[in-house]
Amino acid sequence: MAVLTQSRDIAFLKEQARIVRVEILKMLTQSGSGHTGGSLSAADIATALYFYKMRHRPDNPKWEERDRFILSKGHAAPLLYTVLALTGYFDKSLLGTLRKTGSPLQGHPSSKLLQGVEVSTGSLGQGLSIANGMALGLQLDDSASRVYCLLGDGEIQEGQVWEAAMTAGHYALDNLCAIVDLNELQIDGRCEDVMKITPVAPKWKAFNWHIFEIDGHNMEEIVSALDEAERIKGKPSVILANTIKGKGVSFFEGKAEYHGLAPTKEELEKALKELGEDGK
Amino acid sequence: MGSRKQEFRVQSPESGIKTLNSELQTLNFYGQAVATRDAYGATLVELGKRNEKVVVLDADLSGSTKTAKFAKAFPERFFNMGISEQDMVGTAGGLSLAGKIPFASTFAIFETGRAWEQIRQTVCYSHLNVKLVATHSGLTVGEDGASHQALEDVALMRVLPELVVIVPSDGFETQQVIDAIAEYEGPVYVRLGRAKVPAVMPPDYKFQIGKAHTFHLGKDANIIADGIMVAAALQARETLLKEGIDAGVINMSTVKPLDAEALLKAANASKLIVTAEEHSVIGGLGGAVAEYLSENHPVAVKRIGTRDTFGGSGKPDDLLKLYGLTADDIVKTIKSALSR
Repeated sequence: MAVLTQSRDIAFLKEQARIVRVEILKMLTQSGSGHTGGSLSAADIATALYFYKMRHRPDNPKWEERDRFILSKGHAAPLLYTVLALTGYFDKSLLGTLRKTGSPLQGHPSSKLLQGVEVSTGSLGQGLSIANGMALGLQLDDSASRVYCLLGDGEIQEGQVWEAAMTAGHYALDNLCAIVDLNELQIDGRCEDVMKITPVAPKWKAFNWHIFEIDGHNMEEIVSALDEAERIKGKPSVILANTIKGKGVSFFEGKAEYHGLAPTKEELEKALKELGEDGK
Repeated sequence: MGSRKQEFRVQSPESGIKTLNSELQTLNFYGQAVATRDAYGATLVELGKRNEKVVVLDADLSGSTKTAKFAKAFPERFFNMGISEQDMVGTAGGLSLAGKIPFASTFAIFETGRAWEQIRQTVCYSHLNVKLVATHSGLTVGEDGASHQALEDVALMRVLPELVVIVPSDGFETQQVIDAIAEYEGPVYVRLGRAKVPAVMPPDYKFQIGKAHTFHLGKDANIIADGIMVAAALQARETLLKEGIDAGVINMSTVKPLDAEALLKAANASKLIVTAEEHSVIGGLGGAVAEYLSENHPVAVKRIGTRDTFGGSGKPDDLLKLYGLTADDIVKTIKSALSR
């Protein structure tokens, strides 16, 4: 299979993101548990990465020249599994085994069990350090590969994230691009109420990062930021993506309670209609 | 090999000490009383010359952990992470995923305590090829006191799936351990010390992960020791022999996986097993030996180590006396157990 990079076709990417959402909802309903809200909020970003930006080869997951993706917000595993399946890392039928005993699709991603997962995540706050290490290692080898790391906004309450932010700034890791999914909600409620993280941009700026602030559901803006980040030299880039938790399904949007709840069968039916899957 | 360090004896090639990849080794700590951290620092430099994949991380203690020598020799392959152990361990994980062989060093309590969850989640759960080599373990840290004396690190590391745990006894063994773990694919924890320790291992000793070294099998008792307590155990054996008591000595430098075969031989040879370590008796070598023998070959087990307590400031030798970690303490423990 050829290297998987697509042309900058916004309509195509939007349609892929819609399909990604459909598959996420189906697998979560089948599983009966899992993280709906944060998988949907980052669906457009992950689609842009896997169907457009990243150079990767689903038929050769360990291809040395690939770009790397680390899902630091590991609870969005259904999103990662979906983009991996839809780009051809494994058969789509495996998605139905999410969270089932013996499945490689663990509640949080396990790199030992599933190809395409670069490293196991799930305990928040650890992914950016790993991404930094990869970026440093790739630089030592003069590799052109880039490293992408997706974090949640609740996640950046973890102290290690800021240790890692300091490291990336200090070592000027311009082959690294972090993306923060700013959906404003965490399990216990609004980030603003649980533990205020705003203002977010000045914090990253203070650690010597180049900042992009975008609408994380506008495919044109996502793609442009990812393209632009590649041209930033001498410092790491962070894309601060303003998103809506549960995006795509009206009755999940902006609801903290759907952080860790899977849709019921009735909710799935309604949701699929909203996503234009009527009668399929 | 341009920059030989004066303080280490340099052997001629004829002496036959070879590295795992059969290159001639210029460093040889056989017979040298050195701190294990010094042997580590020097060995890392040699390793760095032979293997370009070796990278080193430290958390602002490179002068103390002796990784500063590597930093000087290979600045482009050394990453000072500042005072941030959690980030250091995660970054080491990332470097291993990029095909490097990262050695991440700081003091034992900060490496294993502060970054425990990073070691669990990032390093062990993904089975990453990260070498966690910590110095300043145990009471012999000395004057810095309890906050800096790790007496729990082996317990913290031993409980983690996938992780190999090694506690070398002297400089000669440390040198071989560092070479061996660079060849091994997977996560490893190595526990080193600050203070100079006597040389104990014989010239023909070859370290292997998971293989204990039996100096002697005793008929009356066998001492299973690691780290600095191997020297104390050998000294205790001499004292006991003069009194007609035959106590064997086994260096169980790999605490995980435990060398069950060597342990069973010892338990078959004598009815008393004594463990000795510069660590809490809870969860370390003593815990591992007691767990194994109680399930597989129950014999009397006495554990020498710190007894559910923190350390304190003082001279290393004074502290070892105060906390009951000397050859005399081993002698007394064995005599008292045998007299029952």
